[in-house]
Amino acid sequence: MTLLITVFAAVTATAVWYKRKDDSMQTGVLCFLYWGAAIMWLVDAVFEYAELGAEYFGPSAADMLNDAFLGLSVVALGLVIWLVRLLVTDPKGTVRAALSKQSRC
Amino acid sequence: MACFLVSAAEAVVVTAVEKIEEKKEKEAALTGKDGEEAVRIPLSRKLGWLKYMLWGGVILLAFEHLWHGEIVPYFPFLSAMSDPADTAVMLHEMATVGVCMALLITAVWAVMCVAADLIVKRSGRTASKETA
Repeated sequence: MTLLITVFAAVTATAVWYKRKDDSMQTGVLCFLYWGAAIMWLVDAVFEYAELGAEYFGPSAADMLNDAFLGLSVVALGLVIWLVRLLVTDPKGTVRAALSKQSRC
Repeated sequence: MACFLVSAAEAVVVTAVEKIEEKKEKEAALTGKDGEEAVRIPLSRKLGWLKYMLWGGVILLAFEHLWHGEIVPYFPFLSAMSDPADTAVMLHEMATVGVCMALLITAVWAVMCVAADLIVKRSGRTASKETA
């Protein structure tokens, strides 16, 4: 479930990156972040499947709920990391402009 | 258990190599040695892609390990380190799952680099045909 949610996040981020007009939102970073995690979880899933077999595809409802909650938390963490990076690098100068405006007031 | 540590080690190395490469490219641009390579994607940029994929995977997987209680906020920080039997399992997992994760990410990155170079070359050829 975590892998699935991360893959959906990676695909969505990539679609947003493809539609972008300029690179000021740095969505490419978000794509790499999610794809990196998705690839790593894919390897984890393959090893788990090799160990459990078909049982891997029949998790209990409680496990699925926990994994879904984890997946959503992972997506949220990825978004927070991207947002912090965006505000720190400030490619459009929005933060700098806002701060200099405040200091003048 | 701690499979992400292999990718973390690779991420540290890649970040260092990227910085060195970036410095070299800046120096080459200043001395004007990069004339022919201007249409190619710089290696530092490609290494940046690998760096972001590795760090992204490492941070998000570390969060998952924290979620499952495999990372603890006190020494030795990995719950598997407190028991020798668990440590052996952890090391085995790092050698199998961890190495495979790092290899697959690097393989995906290598394919991406080849594809990106082909796209840049193709668009360069199309542009030169149009101007001719």
